[in-house]
Amino acid sequence: MESIPFGLAALVTLFSALRVVRSPNLVHAALWLGLALLGTAALFAVLGASFLAGVQVLLYIGGVMTLTLVGIMITRRHDGLNVPAESIGHVRAGVVSVALFAVLAWAISATPGLDAAPLGPDATTQDIGHALVGTHVLAFEVVSMLLLAAMLGAIVIARRKDPAPHAVTHLHVPATAVREAAE
Amino acid sequence: MTLSSCLVLASALFSIGIYGLLTRRQAIAVLLSVELMANAANLVFASFGHFRGGPTGQTFALFAVALTVAEVAVGLALVILFYRSHGDTQVDLARELRQ
Repeated sequence: MESIPFGLAALVTLFSALRVVRSPNLVHAALWLGLALLGTAALFAVLGASFLAGVQVLLYIGGVMTLTLVGIMITRRHDGLNVPAESIGHVRAGVVSVALFAVLAWAISATPGLDAAPLGPDATTQDIGHALVGTHVLAFEVVSMLLLAAMLGAIVIARRKDPAPHAVTHLHVPATAVREAAE
Repeated sequence: MTLSSCLVLASALFSIGIYGLLTRRQAIAVLLSVELMANAANLVFASFGHFRGGPTGQTFALFAVALTVAEVAVGLALVILFYRSHGDTQVDLARELRQ
C-alpha cells in the first residue's frame, strides 16, 4: 500500500542526489539538491513523520537552499547562471563510494529483525512536542544555545575585514638585498 | 516498504554524498554533498522512528536538522572568508594553516 509512493519518492531522491554530485553547473547542483530534499520530505511523510516533513520543507528548502544560492552568487564571478563546478578523481571516488554502499548494504541484510512491521502507532506532533520540552529538554536548550553561538560565529567570521591584504610582507628579506636594491 | 529498504536507501544517499565530497573541488559543492549525507542520517532517524514506534526517532531527527543548519551557516561564512582571502573557493587552495 505504501510501496508505490515510497518507491516514487526514493527514485526522485536518488536521481536528484546523483545530479547534485554530477552536475557541471553549481547553480543546477544546488537546485537539484532542493529536489532531493523535497523527495526526502515526501519520504518522511510516507514514514508517518508529518511534522518532520514540514520542518524539512520550511527549514531546508526554504532556509538552507536560499542561503546556499546566495553563497554561490557572492563567491563567484558569474555570468548569469553559468557557474562551472569542476570535479576530479571520478574512478577512485566511485570505487570508494560503491564499496561503502556494498558494506552498508551487506551489514543491513545481515542484521536480523529489520523486516518486522511497525511496532506501534506513529508519533503525533503532540508527542514530539512533549518529548522536546519534557524528556529531552536539556538537549533542546543545548541545541538552542548552539544555534545562537553558530549564528553569532557565522556573522563574526563573515564580517571580518580582508584577512590577508599583504600576503607577502612576512617573507624574510635579507638586509643586504635591501641595501643593494637601494643603491 | 520495510525498515531494511529504508536503510538501504539512506546508505545509497550517504554513498552518493561521499562521492560528491571526494570529487568536487568547489567548497560550496562540498557543502552540498555534506548536506546530502546529513539528509541520509535524518532519513535513518525517521525510519527507526516509524518502525520502532514512539517520538524519539523524530525528536532526534529534529535535533539533527538544527545541527545541520548551524553547520551550513558556519560553513558558508568560512567559504565567504576564504573567497575574500584567496579570490576563489577551490578547496585545493586551502593548503596553508596561516597567512
